[in-house]
Amino acid sequence: MRLRRSLTHHMVTTNSQFDWLFVVPGLLLIALLGLPLVALFLRALDKDFFVFALSSTALAALRLSLTTSLISVVITLLVGTPLAYILARWDFPGRAGLEMMIDLPVVLPPSVAGLALLIAFGRQGVFGNWLSMLGLSLPFTTTAVVIAQTFVSAPLFVRSARLGFAGIDPQLEEAAHVEGATQWQLFSQVMFPLAGRALISGTMLAWTRALGEFGATILFAGNLEGVTQTMPLAIYLGFERNLDMAVVLSVVLVLVSLVVLGVMRKLDDNRR
Amino acid sequence: MKRFWVFLLVFALMLSACGVPASAVVPSVALSAASEPKTLTVFAAASLTNAFDEIGKTFEAANPGVTVKFNFAGSQTLRTQIEQGAQADVFASANTKEMDALVTGNFVAADSAQIFLINQLVLIMPANNPAGLVTLADLADPGLKVVLAAKEVPVGNYALQMLDKLEATIGTGFKDKVLANVVSYENDVKQVVAKVQLGEADAGIVYLSDTVAAPELQKINIPAENNVVAKYPIAALSHSQNPELGQVFIAYLLSADGQSVLKKWGFLPVK
Repeated sequence: MRLRRSLTHHMVTTNSQFDWLFVVPGLLLIALLGLPLVALFLRALDKDFFVFALSSTALAALRLSLTTSLISVVITLLVGTPLAYILARWDFPGRAGLEMMIDLPVVLPPSVAGLALLIAFGRQGVFGNWLSMLGLSLPFTTTAVVIAQTFVSAPLFVRSARLGFAGIDPQLEEAAHVEGATQWQLFSQVMFPLAGRALISGTMLAWTRALGEFGATILFAGNLEGVTQTMPLAIYLGFERNLDMAVVLSVVLVLVSLVVLGVMRKLDDNRR
Repeated sequence: MKRFWVFLLVFALMLSACGVPASAVVPSVALSAASEPKTLTVFAAASLTNAFDEIGKTFEAANPGVTVKFNFAGSQTLRTQIEQGAQADVFASANTKEMDALVTGNFVAADSAQIFLINQLVLIMPANNPAGLVTLADLADPGLKVVLAAKEVPVGNYALQMLDKLEATIGTGFKDKVLANVVSYENDVKQVVAKVQLGEADAGIVYLSDTVAAPELQKINIPAENNVVAKYPIAALSHSQNPELGQVFIAYLLSADGQSVLKKWGFLPVK
């Protein structure tokens, strides 16, 4: 007999005879998820960690990764939240199709995403042609990095936020309207607090996905230190010039991702 | 909690139990399969893609029961993969540096590598040549979008050597101006070709052989005195499970038949 956490976080006692049915498969997955990270840390600590972590290439890549992923997540919040609300509350023909289209970049291989972006917004792309007429060229710019990150990460936020909004009882919204709440009051005092967890977890997913974006970036934005070479690109190319460097950069990225996850969890806990 | 650690121990034992017999069985299977269909795995520089695809087919036709599998990437990528334990029988590199590294690491027997072709560089532009390049000196025009391979990639390193030689002809500051125009350092030569083909870059420096597979590209030839001589070595790997077959493949590449296919794809034969 042992104690278990129930749904409401009370401990319950249950029969522990079949515990191994949970523990053995669970351990297999824990090993798969955990061992590569352990190996990375062991290898990185074995090296001159700070020499590599503080090298100009690493710092330039980290700075670029943090700024681009932050910009992309802010853009996602600004344009993704209204869209999520529309998808949650409005009924219109083609909504299901639209939802599928929005979800698609999440499941697409990043190489397809990068190629699609290049074909669409490249200098000689289908729509990039118009930009060229305005004298704008996106490929090989930091803007292209942000676009690639937003393309692959925004759907994660929209999906999460949509489910969050959809889970709010419409009667609450009606009540707020009846009470004379403005649209802003409705959102800031009813919708955002109630959908808070979904919005935060969506933000967390989108930010970490943007931080880790690789395939679409290298295809659409190219690779130039300080301009388009984000952490994942520096790691991939470092793998060939200097494996130690790649290992150390990977650990730095793991740590940054952990901080992002930790901050988001903390915010989430405070809301409960 | 104690139970957790017991399971952890059991799990560790399970893992080690799986490991031992597997490694003991695999080699004997491979040996007993001498008369069975064989697969030859060739790791080859990205620039060899088209030529080797054709050579693979003719080699398979000449050697019934043999299947040739290729892994094309930047030579530096392939070298790293081999060092990290990738199983391959033959390695064809676009420079001697990566081959030498494998010799040093005991992945290739000393003095076993042979030069099997020579390649040269060329300047490529998209079919419509949007920047209107006419001469090599135009590469230094401000605002041009130039794509090179990273300096770790053989062709990227060759390109830097070539720019040094051009600087001696065209004038001081040429190389720096060209490098200031570089918008991306790609991971293998085919990526450079692709960026130029799509018209995203105004110019790229690639191998002459790459233009055979992409005839629509415009090109500016580089005079022999400024060009580089890119020597491609090939060798069977020490850990190969088909060392004899690997040697047969290498001999085929060096034969008149093999060399004529390479020549067709824009390489300079060594024989």
